[in-house]
Amino acid sequence: MTAATRGNDAAAARFAPPVRVAAMTSAEPSKETGLRFQISKLDFFYGSKQAVFDFTLKIPANKVTALIGPSGCGKSTFLRTLNRMNETVRNSRFVGEILLDGQDISQMDVVGLRRRVGMVFQRPNPFPKSIYENVAYGLKINGYRGRLRDLVEHSLRRAALWEEVKDYLHKSAFALSGGQQQRLCIARALAVDPEVLLLDEPCSALDPVTTAKIEELMFHLKDSCTMVIVTHNMQQAARASDFTAFMLDGRLIEHNETSKLFTTPADPRTEAYITGRFG
Amino acid sequence: MSAATTIEYRIPPQPRFRAFIHRLREGDEVAHVLTLVFAALILLLTSMLVYELWVNSRLSRTKFGWMFLWTRVWDPIFGNFGAAPFIYGTLVTAIVSLVIAVPLGLAGSIFLAELAPPKLSDSIAFLIDLLAAVPSVIYGLLGIFIVVPVMRTTLGPVLKSALGFLPLFQGRNYGVGFLTGGIVLAIMVVPFIISVSREVLLTVPSEQREAALALGSTRWESTWKVVIPWARTGIMGSIFLALARALGETMAVTMVIGNDPKISASLFAPGYTIAAVIANEFTEATGDLYLSALIELGLVLFLMTFILNGLARLLIVATERGGGHP
Amino acid sequence: MSRLRLIWRKSLNAVMLTLTGVAAFAVVSVLFLILGYLLWNGGKSLNWDFFTKLPKPVGETGGGMANAIVGSLKLLLLAAVMGLPVGLMAGVYLAEFGGKAFSFVIRYTTDLLNGVPSIVIGIFAYSLAVLPVKHFSTFAGGVALGIMVIPITVRSTEEFLRAVPTSLREGAMALGASKWRTIVTVVLPAASGGIITGMLLSLARVAGETAPLLFTAFSNRYWSPGWGQPIASLPVMIYTYAIAPYDDWHRQAWAAGLVLLALVLIANLGCRLVLNRRGAIRSV
Repeated sequence: MTAATRGNDAAAARFAPPVRVAAMTSAEPSKETGLRFQISKLDFFYGSKQAVFDFTLKIPANKVTALIGPSGCGKSTFLRTLNRMNETVRNSRFVGEILLDGQDISQMDVVGLRRRVGMVFQRPNPFPKSIYENVAYGLKINGYRGRLRDLVEHSLRRAALWEEVKDYLHKSAFALSGGQQQRLCIARALAVDPEVLLLDEPCSALDPVTTAKIEELMFHLKDSCTMVIVTHNMQQAARASDFTAFMLDGRLIEHNETSKLFTTPADPRTEAYITGRFG
Repeated sequence: MSAATTIEYRIPPQPRFRAFIHRLREGDEVAHVLTLVFAALILLLTSMLVYELWVNSRLSRTKFGWMFLWTRVWDPIFGNFGAAPFIYGTLVTAIVSLVIAVPLGLAGSIFLAELAPPKLSDSIAFLIDLLAAVPSVIYGLLGIFIVVPVMRTTLGPVLKSALGFLPLFQGRNYGVGFLTGGIVLAIMVVPFIISVSREVLLTVPSEQREAALALGSTRWESTWKVVIPWARTGIMGSIFLALARALGETMAVTMVIGNDPKISASLFAPGYTIAAVIANEFTEATGDLYLSALIELGLVLFLMTFILNGLARLLIVATERGGGHP
Repeated sequence: MSRLRLIWRKSLNAVMLTLTGVAAFAVVSVLFLILGYLLWNGGKSLNWDFFTKLPKPVGETGGGMANAIVGSLKLLLLAAVMGLPVGLMAGVYLAEFGGKAFSFVIRYTTDLLNGVPSIVIGIFAYSLAVLPVKHFSTFAGGVALGIMVIPITVRSTEEFLRAVPTSLREGAMALGASKWRTIVTVVLPAASGGIITGMLLSLARVAGETAPLLFTAFSNRYWSPGWGQPIASLPVMIYTYAIAPYDDWHRQAWAAGLVLLALVLIANLGCRLVLNRRGAIRSV
């Protein structure tokens, strides 16, 4: 956190977009409550097996919300319902309401939804293309004409990768280290200017130095992007998020401002988890 | 200290020969040697094959030299032999078959690997494997009695009226010829493309697809722009394999090619392939030079398929190991 | 404008995905087309005579292909006797004894042999078995088919031997069995199902081969006693009759085609079903 607060002004200047990408639909948070996502009574099923139970959560705009909990508690499953990625699994379905800026996402066009709600995966998965082509991919399929190169540069800057790759844009993405590849995937996701960025344990395969870099860039991204991060690492949740939700066995146990949840947890199970008694 | 001799507990070293006999009696050495002999037999057979091809074509090779490859004449009466019409026919039918089979095969493999539910995909793949097991002569049978008449009465005229401005589709249409040969070959070669491409596509990690979908791609965009580029070396390998198969295919093509050793621009014209001329004329060959020329053709065909198969295996192995990194 | 782009992308998506489905089903339907045509045309001409009578002289109608059916069986028997043991032993060598470099060479050579066009194998068998004695024979045909059987058998034998878990081998060796005894009494029996099916598949494959027989076994309009004379075979008969100008011969070609296809497909179907239950075998 401290590293991030230093040089704030310089950072703000770095991250100012040179051009605006035309959004598909309005990108205003829900007027009444300043919320991006409103999830109500969500049940999620893989076939006959239920993975998420009666989940109700509000995700505030322009903040980082962390999801913590032991392995297998359904964090990733829940995250993937927010951009309907679970639909790639056969026989999966959900019951309940998920609203993005007040609109029901199950009624939305899924391609449009995924442009607005981006995702970064646990292990870096760059395409077998050059660095430039990776970042430009989302822009190209949306038919964005114009100064692609400027947007690619802008995204790479937002992902804190520009300085390291600016002379090598046409090299293969696989020539990068693991940490750089993950930042490339973040740049790729940011290129289409999503309102929300979902991060599924993005640092679990990375070293501490890279992890710190990514946490710093998350801090700077908050102004333009809402983030939901699933993490195994409680210290990371404590450092990098504004709100934290604790999940256990597919249910939401507690949700509060990060500082409050970690210092004075309301539920004994939350306390047991964060003090390391299980998980 | 007594005068008695100290007992030595040193084990006398076994002479190597005795150890060998010991293992021999155990049988392991025998088994090793026996199986090795059979394995070496394969090596021997293959070397003999190349040797016999080389030796038995000597007459023709020494008489015609490298000119053999581009001489267009095939005249058994005056003993003037050239491989050009046959190389041409082999290549043209193979290329025509690929032009038809590659899009069809690739599309089919995409369906099986990306879209179809696993059970349907496996059942269809099973049926396609059965298709690959159908003997060549049966394809030839269907070629003669179905494809040739269709070409003569329906397909040929349609192509002529639509594309007759191209030299490819001009000239008399007898039903047999390069195009018919290419079509029959295409049907034979498609199952290979589908089955190998499908396996290759199934090895593409799902994270790649997910990354593309998460960026808001449609399924087709994710398949065409991400999955296929990842698998492209393996798919190239499957195409090379199919090409090698098409080049070496004998019976089906022989039955529909028209048996005319001429080079023509028109796809409707009758032609000849290396395999077809060997099949038709080998037993009729009068004179050593004639036979030697046919065997030299066999040598040419062998080399073509040898190189292609080698490249194909390399490409497929490269995908399995590296995952299509550019 | 972006709305239009989205509609275009989605339509393209729908069209292309439908086309892939059409392609897959088109290819599968060819199989059924083949079966249907053969059943219709062949079934009409199939009768008891076909299986029991010899071919009639050229130009006369009637007769059958009894000699060709027996001929194919004799050739397959020869191919099995000559090729299967080589394939089996070589497969055992590769799986159990092989050194790294030599095994690589053997495997590469086997793949090479597998890729040789069947007509070239015919030329090879001709130079081995026909040239020295200056006449065609059943034996020569058996040599040609036997060579073709080897690569397929080697690959499937090696694959199934490798699939036997090491725990089985270690169990036997811990009891004091030597390597060869372990292989013969434990490993081979464990892999036997797969190995035998692989052998049957290879025989089914060569049963339909025509080109290598054209100038080794040649053909025969009568019975062929012993192993030293030319012999008729189903595939060669189909070829000869199909390209001839007689309608009656065309009829018989369809019938023979049906019989050959039925045998090959049933063998393949049976073997593959058995293999699928054990674990996939890679084709090609």
